Amino acid sequence: MTDPILSVRDLEIAYRTGRKEKVTAVSGVDLDLYQGQSLALVGESGCGKTTLGLGLLRLLPKLGEITSGSLRYRLKDGTHADLLTMGKEPLRRFRWNEAAMVFQGAMNAFNPVARIVDHFADTLRDHADGKRWTKRAVEARAGELLETVRLDPDRVLPSFPHELSGGMKQRALIALAIALDPQVLVLDEPTTALDLLTQRQIVQQLHELRQRFGFTMVFITHDLGLAAELADRVATMYAGRVVETGSARDIFKGPKHPYTAGLINAVMPVAGDRPALESIPGYPPSLKAMPGGCAFHPRCAFATAECKLDPVALDVLAERPQGMTHAAACLHHERVGLARPARSPESGKETSDV
Amino acid sequence: MSDPILKLSGLEQVFDTKRGKVPAVGGVDLEVGPGKVLCLVGESGCGKTTTARAAAGLTRPTGGTVAFRGKDTAAMSAAERQEFRRAVQYIHQDPYAALNPTRTVYSTLTAGLRRHRKVSSKAESRDKAAELLRLVDLTPPESYLDSYPHQLSGGQRQRVNVARSLAMTPEVLICDESTSMLDVSIRVSLLNTLGRLRDELDVGFLFITHDLAVAKYFAWEGEIAVMYLGKVVEHGPTPQVIGDPQHPYTKALIGAVCEPDPDLARANRAVDELREADIPSLTDLPSGCTFHPRCPLYEPGLCDGRFPPLQPLHGRRLACHVVARDQGRTGGRGVPARRDGGGQVASWSG
Repeated sequence: MTDPILSVRDLEIAYRTGRKEKVTAVSGVDLDLYQGQSLALVGESGCGKTTLGLGLLRLLPKLGEITSGSLRYRLKDGTHADLLTMGKEPLRRFRWNEAAMVFQGAMNAFNPVARIVDHFADTLRDHADGKRWTKRAVEARAGELLETVRLDPDRVLPSFPHELSGGMKQRALIALAIALDPQVLVLDEPTTALDLLTQRQIVQQLHELRQRFGFTMVFITHDLGLAAELADRVATMYAGRVVETGSARDIFKGPKHPYTAGLINAVMPVAGDRPALESIPGYPPSLKAMPGGCAFHPRCAFATAECKLDPVALDVLAERPQGMTHAAACLHHERVGLARPARSPESGKETSDV
Repeated sequence: MSDPILKLSGLEQVFDTKRGKVPAVGGVDLEVGPGKVLCLVGESGCGKTTTARAAAGLTRPTGGTVAFRGKDTAAMSAAERQEFRRAVQYIHQDPYAALNPTRTVYSTLTAGLRRHRKVSSKAESRDKAAELLRLVDLTPPESYLDSYPHQLSGGQRQRVNVARSLAMTPEVLICDESTSMLDVSIRVSLLNTLGRLRDELDVGFLFITHDLAVAKYFAWEGEIAVMYLGKVVEHGPTPQVIGDPQHPYTKALIGAVCEPDPDLARANRAVDELREADIPSLTDLPSGCTFHPRCPLYEPGLCDGRFPPLQPLHGRRLACHVVARDQGRTGGRGVPARRDGGGQVASWSG
């Protein structure tokens, strides 16, 4: 398939902070996502990754607003639609049928006074058109969905959210998101706040679900390990912009933006020796006082006077098909690299003889 | 090892709840020495925090003792207890909730100093506060002293929390998931700062985390104790526990970590080996070894009878019937580790 399922052009999202004041949380985002791909949006808190994720479904809170750009989806029937000009009713039909979201914090995403089965009933009745959902039909469909994430429907359906563990809630939430077989699934921090073994289980199930249903996945995470595990493509965000994008291999083996390299260098490995790690100095900028030029320059070891002048655009470093092109927004990308050697793929051991 | 500052012996904590007795911690023996790091790792509900709170004197254990410089804290005089409270400081998980929002950084840092009359003038207390901020790399201190917590980022707030605990010149810092709410890069720099404090001020650490990578990074020269359902199941020098885990639970935890390498990540599939994904409830503990319903090495008759003792094995303390038996058979050759690791510490007795 040649045309992307989701095409984002020059997207800008702002939050109102006062009567006439706004801060721009996301700007200049271009993105082409193809059928079956999984894209990780990575970055530190406040970099705009959640805002972008919510924007992709037009689910921004009241104070947020998409101020410019376009957001084109290819729908299930093969036609295209721009989400930004969509009316209220088509938008309701679009959500969950075409694209669904798994919100951050599985602990709090369910209504605490409604049983799990009622969440399925609400969703199916509200978003699935032209079909009557009887109680029995809801239970049958919900049971089937829960089984795909290896939950026992008899145990889970009549339960209230507080009667389930965090991992069970997160799995139920994923089952709910795929209830109407969406083409695109946006997951916000799907494993944060879960225990290690539960995290691993969720990761495995997401792999299985993707293989089985073939949906396209965008997931938001600050955990680079998770990105390496689940993503085909990675987009690093800093101060509301995508500063590097490419295939997971390109990004993890040879990052070309100092911020991406800094994030990867700061990850503590469990395998192998214990390297001394360097953090990225300083803190991310406030949206209200964004540095001029490249927003990363105050924290960047490579910064020169040139970096302070103009915003730096993404520069294509390696052409690849299907949106996998490796691009970085850095004037000094040829000097950027990893502090530690990459491991060889075969053995899973470090290539240097430690 | 030099004399421990803090020593937990047979520590037990049973909570009385409506649903019955919850044995959150069931007999833990651990020590923290000056300038040493002991890391407690495990999943939620395994008793890490309960152990830490008892060690800090915040709760009274229902069994066992917490000894400070060799003296049982339960039998201390008021003066001794005050000294214990000064010397053992606690850093909480949530840097947002741990600071009083109506106090400036200066006021927070010097509250203890003023209370204990350790400073005599305003100028002196400001100098002292600035010195504390420099210790935790918040420089220049002048730009932070008069800030309120809401004006600081999470990482900066956690540094203020560390500075506040340092005001009392502690001998042991108990850090309860103190870095888990911070971004990756901020986390590394805070851990580097804590490591420097350990080396320069000879502060001992009881460091609690669910993140094995953090445990490995911070406690590389120290020890790791892995807890499961209120008991320590494996305890030894960090390079050995992480590089060559012996307990099946430790192995499962290490195998579950996502590494930032797409090739390596795809090769890991350890949880498949666990027989049961969910952790049992503390109110209904399995018989024998509490890990047996999930354990890939489970052998009926051997594992479900009694809890395995935590005994010296493979240069560490280990509680596993199967590994202990195989050790006896093969004369000390362990199950091969799944991952390579730098196990430099040659011998260690529990």
